Amino acid sequence: MANEGVDHGRRRFLTATTAVVGGVGVATAAVPFIKSWEPSARAKNAGAPVLADISKVEPGQRISVKWRGQPVWIVNRTPALLATLPQVKDRLRDPDSKVADQQPQYAQNETRSIKPEWLVVIGICTHLGCSPEFVPEIKPEPFDPEWKGGFFCPCHKSRYDIAGRVFQGVPAPMNLVVPPYQFVNDKQILIGVGPGEKV
Amino acid sequence: MANVFTRIGDWVTERAPNMMPTYRKHMSEYYAPKNFNFWYYFGSLALLVLVNQIVTGIFLTMFYKPGAATAFDSVEYIMRDVDWGWLIRYMHSTGASMFFLVVYLHMFRGLMYGSYKKPRELVWLLGMLIFLALMAEGFMGYVLPWGNMSFWGAKVIISLFGAIPWIGDTLVQWIMGDYNPADATLNRFFALHVIALPLVLLLLVVLHIAALHEVGSNNPDGVEIKKKKGTDGKPLDGIPFHPYYTVKDLFGVGFFLILCAFIIFFQPTLGGWFLEPDNFIPANELVTPAEIKPVWYFTPFYAILRVIPSKGLGVLAMFASIVLLFLVPWLDRGAVKSIRYRGRGFKVALGLFAITFLLFGAIGAGKSAEWIPAIFGANADVSGIEMHFGWFLLAIYFGFFAFLYVYTAFGYEKTKPVPDRVTTHA
Repeated sequence: MANEGVDHGRRRFLTATTAVVGGVGVATAAVPFIKSWEPSARAKNAGAPVLADISKVEPGQRISVKWRGQPVWIVNRTPALLATLPQVKDRLRDPDSKVADQQPQYAQNETRSIKPEWLVVIGICTHLGCSPEFVPEIKPEPFDPEWKGGFFCPCHKSRYDIAGRVFQGVPAPMNLVVPPYQFVNDKQILIGVGPGEKV
Repeated sequence: MANVFTRIGDWVTERAPNMMPTYRKHMSEYYAPKNFNFWYYFGSLALLVLVNQIVTGIFLTMFYKPGAATAFDSVEYIMRDVDWGWLIRYMHSTGASMFFLVVYLHMFRGLMYGSYKKPRELVWLLGMLIFLALMAEGFMGYVLPWGNMSFWGAKVIISLFGAIPWIGDTLVQWIMGDYNPADATLNRFFALHVIALPLVLLLLVVLHIAALHEVGSNNPDGVEIKKKKGTDGKPLDGIPFHPYYTVKDLFGVGFFLILCAFIIFFQPTLGGWFLEPDNFIPANELVTPAEIKPVWYFTPFYAILRVIPSKGLGVLAMFASIVLLFLVPWLDRGAVKSIRYRGRGFKVALGLFAITFLLFGAIGAGKSAEWIPAIFGANADVSGIEMHFGWFLLAIYFGFFAFLYVYTAFGYEKTKPVPDRVTTHA
C-alpha cells in the first residue's frame, strides 16, 4: 500500500499550517485593495475647511456653503425665532442635544451654536440624507399646524426646529449635525475646525 | 457539405469527447415536463434579457465616460450624437426594468408551484443570489448617468449602511470613497457594474441552470416526472427541451420583444416608471429632488423602509424581507408542491402576499400621496395614514412566512390528492 507508514498527524499539521500561512498571505494582499476604496488624498484635500462670509446675511436669512460636498447652512436667527426654542421643547426627541455625535461640545447648548443668533448646521436630514427645506415663517403649515419655524424634509416629512432639533413622531432619528466651526472675526466663519483648533 | 460538418464534429469529439454529451444533457436530451404553461416563459426570457443587457452594455461602455464631470454629458452624447445611440441606451434601460419584471414573475411561479421544495432548494437559493446580484447591478447602473436621482438615490441607499452599529459611518465613507457620493463613487460603481457583478451574475446563472438540470424542472402539477419512466428509461411525461421548448420559448420571445419594442420606441420612460424625470437633471448635491424614490423594481422594499419611523428597524425589516425569501424552502413544510393541490389557506396567503408586494410597490413609488387624499379627502393626514396602512401591510408580508410555517408544520393544511402523472388539458 502506498499509504503505508504515512504520518497522518504530520500531514494534517502541514496542511493546516500551509492553509494558515496562505490565508494570512491572502488577507495581507487584500489590504491594498480594501484601502484603495478609502477617500483619496485628493478627496481629503477637497474636504479642507471652508471660509464663509456672513457680513451680508440679514436677520431671518439663510446662506448655504459647500463643505466636503455637503450643504452647510448658516442662519441668522431673529430674536423672535430664538424665542420659539423653549416653546417647542416638549415636542422634540432630543431637546437638550444629548446625542453627543450630533454637535461639538461648544454647540451642546440651548441654541446649539457658539453665538445664539448664528446657527451653523449640515443641511442633510438625519433620516436618509435628503436636504430639508428652510421654512422660517412662524405660522401654521400643512405639515404642522403649530409650526414655529425650522426645517422640513420633503422626502419623508421629517421636521426640525430652528436649532435643527428633530421633532417626535418623524422618521429622522436625530438632530441635524452641527459641523465643527469657529468665528474668525465678526464677518467670517471657518467651517471644518472648532474654536482654538488648528487648520 | 453535411460531410464537412460531420467531419468537423468528429474532429472536435475526438479532442473533447464531452462536448456533445453536454449539449445533449442540457438541450436535446434534457427532458422537461410536457405540461409547462404560461408561467414557464420567464426563465428563458430572463436569459434573453441578460444577453441584451450584456450586448447593449458593451456598446454603451464604448461611448460612456465614467466620472462626475463627464458621465451626464456622455449619456446625452449617446442620446443625441451617436448614431442609433438612443436605441442602444433605451434597450439597456428598458431591459433593466424588463429583467426585474420577468424575474419577479419567475419567482412568483416558483412560489405558486413549489419549485423551491426538495429536491430544488439549491436551485431556489442560487436564484435568490441572482436576485441579490441583480439588485446590486440595477442600483449601480442607475447611478451611472449621474442625474440628480442617481446622486440622491446613491446617497440614500449607501447611507443605509450607516445604520450598522459601530462601523456604520466608516463603512459609508469607505463605500463612497469621499464624504459624499462623488467622482470616486461613480467610478467604482462603473467598475462593479460593467465587469465585477456581470461576472458574478453569469457564474450564478450557469450554476442555477446546472443545478436545475441535475434535478429536472418542476411543473404546474408539482409531480416528479422522473418517477414514471418508460421502457427506454426516459420520463413518460417528459419531452426533450430542444426542439419542443425552444420552439415554445421562441413564441414567448416574439411576444415579449413586441412588448419591449413598443416601450423602447413609444414610451422609453414609461411615464417616469422606467426612467425618472429627475434623472434628466444633472446631479446636484445641494438640491434634493422633491421626492427621492427608487425605480419601480426597488419600491416594495423601499416602502418597508419608509413606513417604519426608526431608521435602524426600517433597515433591518428591509433586509429581513429579502432574507426570509431565502428561507422559504425550510419554512414551508408541506409535502404538496403545486398550488393546484394545496389547501385554501395557502392560496389565500400567497394571493395576499402578492397583493401586499404590489401595494408596497405603490407606496414606495409615492402613489399614496395621490391616493390617500383621493380616498379620505384633501385634509387627510397622508403620512399618518400611509404609516398605519404600511404597518398593516408589514403584518401581512411577514405574517405570510410565519403562516407558511405554522400552516404546514402543524398539519393545518388540507391538501387534495396529487395525481401520479402530469395532467394535460388537451
